[in-house]
Amino acid sequence: MIQAGIKSILNPPKMSNKHVNAVVIGAGAGGGVVAKELATGGLTVVLIERGRWHTFDEHGDDELTSQRTFPLKCGYGPDNERNWRMSPDGKNGWRKVFPNDWSYGNIAACVGSGTVSYGAMAWRYQPDDFRLKTKYGAVPGSSLDDWPLSYDELEPYYEKAEYEIGVAGDPSNDPFAPPRKRPYPMPAFSYNREGIILEKAAKSLGLHPFPIPMLRNSVRYNGRPACIHMRTCVGYACPVGAKAGTQNTVIPVALKTGNCELRINCMVSEIIVDDSGKAKGIKYFDADNKLQIQTSDLVVVSASASETARLLLNSRSKLFRNGAGNNNGWVGRNIQDHAYTGAYGLFEDEVYDDAGPGACIAINDFNHRFTDIIGGGVLCNEFIRMPYQFTSIRPSGSRTWGKDHKAFQKQYFKRHIAIHGPVQEMPVFDKKVEVDPVVKDFWGIPVARISGLRHDNDIKVAHFLAEKAEKWLKEAGAIHTWQSVPGKESTPSQHQSGTCRMGSDPKTSVTNKYGQLHEIDNIFIADGSLHVNNGGYNPALTILALGYWVGDHITKSWKGTGMR
Amino acid sequence: MGKRYIARREFIRLFTGGTAALLISFNTGCKNKISQWRYLNEDEIRLLDAIVEQIIPTDDFPGAKWANVSNFIDKQLDTNYRDHQPAYREGLADFQKSVIQMKGEKFEDLPFAEETAILENMEAGKISGEYWNNNSPADFFDMVRQHSLQGFYGSPVHGGNRGYLSYHMLGLDYPNVIGQNRYNDPGWNKINPKSPKNVK
Repeated sequence: MIQAGIKSILNPPKMSNKHVNAVVIGAGAGGGVVAKELATGGLTVVLIERGRWHTFDEHGDDELTSQRTFPLKCGYGPDNERNWRMSPDGKNGWRKVFPNDWSYGNIAACVGSGTVSYGAMAWRYQPDDFRLKTKYGAVPGSSLDDWPLSYDELEPYYEKAEYEIGVAGDPSNDPFAPPRKRPYPMPAFSYNREGIILEKAAKSLGLHPFPIPMLRNSVRYNGRPACIHMRTCVGYACPVGAKAGTQNTVIPVALKTGNCELRINCMVSEIIVDDSGKAKGIKYFDADNKLQIQTSDLVVVSASASETARLLLNSRSKLFRNGAGNNNGWVGRNIQDHAYTGAYGLFEDEVYDDAGPGACIAINDFNHRFTDIIGGGVLCNEFIRMPYQFTSIRPSGSRTWGKDHKAFQKQYFKRHIAIHGPVQEMPVFDKKVEVDPVVKDFWGIPVARISGLRHDNDIKVAHFLAEKAEKWLKEAGAIHTWQSVPGKESTPSQHQSGTCRMGSDPKTSVTNKYGQLHEIDNIFIADGSLHVNNGGYNPALTILALGYWVGDHITKSWKGTGMR
Repeated sequence: MGKRYIARREFIRLFTGGTAALLISFNTGCKNKISQWRYLNEDEIRLLDAIVEQIIPTDDFPGAKWANVSNFIDKQLDTNYRDHQPAYREGLADFQKSVIQMKGEKFEDLPFAEETAILENMEAGKISGEYWNNNSPADFFDMVRQHSLQGFYGSPVHGGNRGYLSYHMLGLDYPNVIGQNRYNDPGWNKINPKSPKNVK
């Protein structure tokens, strides 16, 4: 660090910004962790974020601008005024969509990004998720592959994420829990009323219920207080900081080293790649929308699966006419999400419990345990459904307005339970992020467009899991149940992944197992883009763990002036 | 349960009284020269009030009109929903024209049940299209329906859900004093095995 510091004093860069060792693009789950790893490892870092800091007080418990339901706008970014995309219009053309449109595929944009407003489930993927192709064989129509990284290799980094960010959990009742060396740092949360009802029902079905591990303090931890059980938790910031995100854990640590500068309200437009095929830094628009250049020894991109791919595709140079690291045409391909599936049940008695976030109980019984079902997914009770969100929860054929609507709201708002699960999607090469050849955003940067359909297997597994969810609700005493199964159309949003996947074969992947571009050795990726497949779980903890993994590799191979 | 019901009525009465006073002072002060609306005009608001009241009608709880849902929509048309301005201006006009052609009366002057029947046809796309220029009747209906639900159930900061009416209707405490509902709610003790009543 000192060496690098002296070097930059003796040889001041000609650009307006002081040269640094690393630029990290995106201060979310991946970028926040990488910035901290590099800064504490002695590298000088600029962490650059298109959004800004957000607080609970600014948004309160406003359901219409939460990150869960956002008809008016996305409270935690991005804004509608400067960020748009193109989406298939269903007639072989494209239409312009804004972040508060479901077809946009929104993911938060602020310091901490999704980890500010997420539900904070802290899942490790299963060992089998890292070797899906070996376990199930090739799947026609899918670009399915194994990760170049095994669960065992990532395990210490999962642990590090669990301890540094903070996870509350207890896997002792889950016989299918992935192996771990240390227990969770905090005790598990207790069940709310739904959880108590569902636990009994699951056990009588011979299933194995257990408390959902959460990136949320069950006790005081890391200088932050314990959870106060807001009903508006998922989709909102935490008023007391009990929910752990990079914004209240690793990013402050990074800033405290003195090695890391956080630049907010800055939109990166391009990674500068010189004619020899090396990254030299980035171009970005600062808070005053003025174009700036920041040079660096290396660049880490952690801008989310859609925006990371968009940035690489927009970074064209002599050796990379189709975008940085994209000579094989795989950047932006295989975008995945989760095919959320499940069931709803109506009850005679009140089952509502005003103890947020609501989601508390899970079963792992339907993941990798059936040879005819590829993958699977965890099933959990759903986060609290707020009043507006609940207006769309109806058995098919229900009246959606008028006195029937109102009667249903009154009767069942506190008398329903939802069980949902994220079906692991099969990667599809033609499900992709591209940049639009014509349409540009507020800054003049070509926008992303996302298209493609889910694999048939996702729908099959979704039906399988929805049936299990419905059975669970019936056992719990629901008087009426119905399934909610997704279709083939999807726009990957908060769980988006896979667009710069890692792999051993440079022909069918974008980075090596350390997130380093096969083709440009001083550009790294550290976000969900790296996922070869997306597990049957919420991806946040895996993205955090990959942040540690990539950061660790960079600091270990860093020589003071460049990569070893 | 009975006690709670009275409390609700009391709450509503208090609110209604307050608003009436406000409206009177408004009318005497400014006559009709300044509209209290931001984008929509008085005629449009009268029609919109009748439509939103169909979406969430009054029963033992007030409906969308009382909850200021039209105010929510008007406010959004001036801010977040500026893009929807033409859809409302044209849609409301086209809709009213079709109703007058069918019934010889304005929508808001019809009996409640007739209004319901018209909207049911509209939702199903079974309404004469001759007066509809740029909107599809079914799409227009669905847009107003969605916005009404937002205005009725969303936060009052956006102009609707007067006094958190819908939260009271659903039994959601507001302001949310964490824990209070558990003390009020006898059902909790039945289910929670760890509650004092169940510990022998």
